[in-house]
Amino acid sequence: MTKISENVLWMSGNEAIAMGAYEAGVAVASGYPGTPSTEIMENLSRYEGVYTEWAPNEKVGLEVVIGASFAGVRALATMKHVGVNVAADPLFTAAYTGVCGGLVLITADDPEMHSSQNEQDNRNYAFAAKVPMLEPSDPSEAKEMLKAGFDLSEELDTPVMLRITTRVSHVKGVVTKGERKAPQVVESMIKRPEKFVMLPGIARKRRGIVEERMTRCRELAETISFNRIEEGDTKKGFITSGVSYLYVKEAFPEAAVLKLGMCWPLPEKKIRQFAEMVDELYIVEELDPFLETHIKAMGIDCHGKDLIPNQGELNTAIVRQAIDPSSKVDLFAPVALPNRPPNMCAGCPHRGIFFNLSRMKVFVSGDIGCYTLGFLPPLSAMDSCVCMGGSISIAHGMAKALGDGGHDKIVSVIGDSTFIHSGVTGLINTVYNQSASTLIILDNRITAMTGQQQNATSGYSMKGEAAHSIDIEGLCRAVGVEHVYKVNPHDVVETRKILQEAVDLDVPSVVIAEAPCVLLPEMKERKTVSYFTNQENCVGCKSCIRLGCPALSWTTFAEGEAEERGYRKKQKGISKIDEILCNDCGQCASLCKFDAITRGEGK
Amino acid sequence: MEATGNILFSGVGGQGILLASEVTVYSLLAAGYDAKKSEVHGMAQRGGSVTAQLRYGKKVYSPLIEPGGADLMIAFEMMEAVRYLPYLHKGSKVVVNTQQILPPSVATGLAEYPKDVLNHLTERNIVVVPIDAFDLAREVGEVRTANVVMVGALSVFLPVDEGNFEEIIRNRVPKKFIDVNLEAFAAGRNASK
Repeated sequence: MTKISENVLWMSGNEAIAMGAYEAGVAVASGYPGTPSTEIMENLSRYEGVYTEWAPNEKVGLEVVIGASFAGVRALATMKHVGVNVAADPLFTAAYTGVCGGLVLITADDPEMHSSQNEQDNRNYAFAAKVPMLEPSDPSEAKEMLKAGFDLSEELDTPVMLRITTRVSHVKGVVTKGERKAPQVVESMIKRPEKFVMLPGIARKRRGIVEERMTRCRELAETISFNRIEEGDTKKGFITSGVSYLYVKEAFPEAAVLKLGMCWPLPEKKIRQFAEMVDELYIVEELDPFLETHIKAMGIDCHGKDLIPNQGELNTAIVRQAIDPSSKVDLFAPVALPNRPPNMCAGCPHRGIFFNLSRMKVFVSGDIGCYTLGFLPPLSAMDSCVCMGGSISIAHGMAKALGDGGHDKIVSVIGDSTFIHSGVTGLINTVYNQSASTLIILDNRITAMTGQQQNATSGYSMKGEAAHSIDIEGLCRAVGVEHVYKVNPHDVVETRKILQEAVDLDVPSVVIAEAPCVLLPEMKERKTVSYFTNQENCVGCKSCIRLGCPALSWTTFAEGEAEERGYRKKQKGISKIDEILCNDCGQCASLCKFDAITRGEGK
Repeated sequence: MEATGNILFSGVGGQGILLASEVTVYSLLAAGYDAKKSEVHGMAQRGGSVTAQLRYGKKVYSPLIEPGGADLMIAFEMMEAVRYLPYLHKGSKVVVNTQQILPPSVATGLAEYPKDVLNHLTERNIVVVPIDAFDLAREVGEVRTANVVMVGALSVFLPVDEGNFEEIIRNRVPKKFIDVNLEAFAAGRNASK
């Protein structure tokens, strides 16, 4: 966040939303980290007078927020698109109970899957859960819409969803500061069973209220300022929402546009009015034909996904060329270059585990986190990855399918935060329903992939205050795992022995790999001693190179160079450690059998 | 104020691209432009190829540069200057730090770092401005100012006064580092002229 002038700031969509939550008088906020939503809570936690927390998962986060709303204060839940799947159970029933204090649920969708396992379009949740949804186009609008969302929530007695995408969350733009509404102060709970207790008899009554409310909301959608017709050339008219609006404005700056800032429920009269104004109607939206389907159901003729792609992000060129193919321009073709995929950091504790797994004859059921990079070469040691927390239950299913002979063929791998998120229920199932697969918990003390968020095992709250740290070993034993091992993953050779012992057991086992993330502030601040290569001892076996560490590189000898430099004639090259990049983990040294890697005062 | 522009920043995660793009945007905002900048966080940041897209003008809608639409590119690594070729057009200017960072396939001996990689740009009538940012930063006495050297080199091509950048450096850099950063900026600017 940067000041341009007194009340005008340069900030990201997520920073703007945090500021909007503060200005709206939010008293309680909860969520689970997930790209592209994470920075909302991180920024909100820096404001005074707002309670913020990381919940163990999105369902818990939304339930916390429902409770706060029932108590009478404004409350905000944040999560990425797939997180809403986890929170869908409370969401659908909160639509029945309605709210006391305003309640907004932010879904941060990731078209193009920059950092996600799918690109589901969460506008469908607004339709399915029967709640209003607002969809901003840029940071400034995101802040205004969040504030309006709280007003709307209270006016209509409903949760409201705010849908953002990567190109709102992680786009920076100019935002104006506003006044803060003071948060409500509540002292006791008011019992309102007719609203809070969703027994069938009461839920049936609330079911009717949901429909009445959506009818009122539909009327409101006709006049809300976020749904606006921008006059222009009526030969081609565009109905659009979210970031797609920005691409339409650039591709067809003269055209008439109906911008739908509220993408559910839809303003039917306004849409009809606009459709009649224009000669040809185009619906421009990312991902699913959400607006198009509902507009076509009104009996209105329009173009949409017959022209606009239904996969990936849009941009100005895609929109322009889809509608006007003659506008296509010749581009330089890409040049073939070695890929530069993301990689685990130098010194990452996960590397040693995946190195070992790549050498064991096991199927690795993986999970969501930095360690998903264990799939990439040269480690290539992850064989499935579906959803957060799923690794353990998926491994159990595999073990059951394989029958008695399968106990030593399946390993599941999960991070500390992900284990608490929803992995532990899978472990309970493994023990209760008796399968013998081995679980490796990669305990690096932090939620790393999303940028170092605290969790229930890390010992600190979101604000960095000391908090209870769950004893992962004790938890595993409590659910009934008898064989729990702890290893230092940097000692690759010792870890291998213990992994093999655990895998060979025909009862459930857990191996906890304990080593902190190298990006933890205390790890970054520590004085590291680097390892270095005694190149005269290197025999070119590539044991260390196969770790795929960014600090290690291989130099191939030119013809005759090996002999010239005093190596065996057949030696193909030597390895070298970049002492600036080395992070002092020693995994390579633990693998080297030729005394060619030594720890020393490098930096 | 009529000028509008699209600047693509590219490099390798951890090189400080986001910081350099921020300094650039502050100078444009201070000069009265509207701007939007798009970044990608999350998995892509772990040592992979990264970009930031900056657009400025009187009024900016889209945060994304169209393919073929980048007028100016600032690349922190040579191969990353070429990777985004489809975003460039004839006459695009590419300010590139002549550093090589080996991707995993090269570091493990499975592939070679492409020779004369910048020729892919010059062959297509793209203007290449090579800058040895580390060398220049070392000369001014602080290797960590390589970022600022690159911003200095880029600044020549922006519709912003030199003084505007200098003011930003004065306002945002800790006092004892102001002089060295101003020198780094000037060194980059001279190298680019």
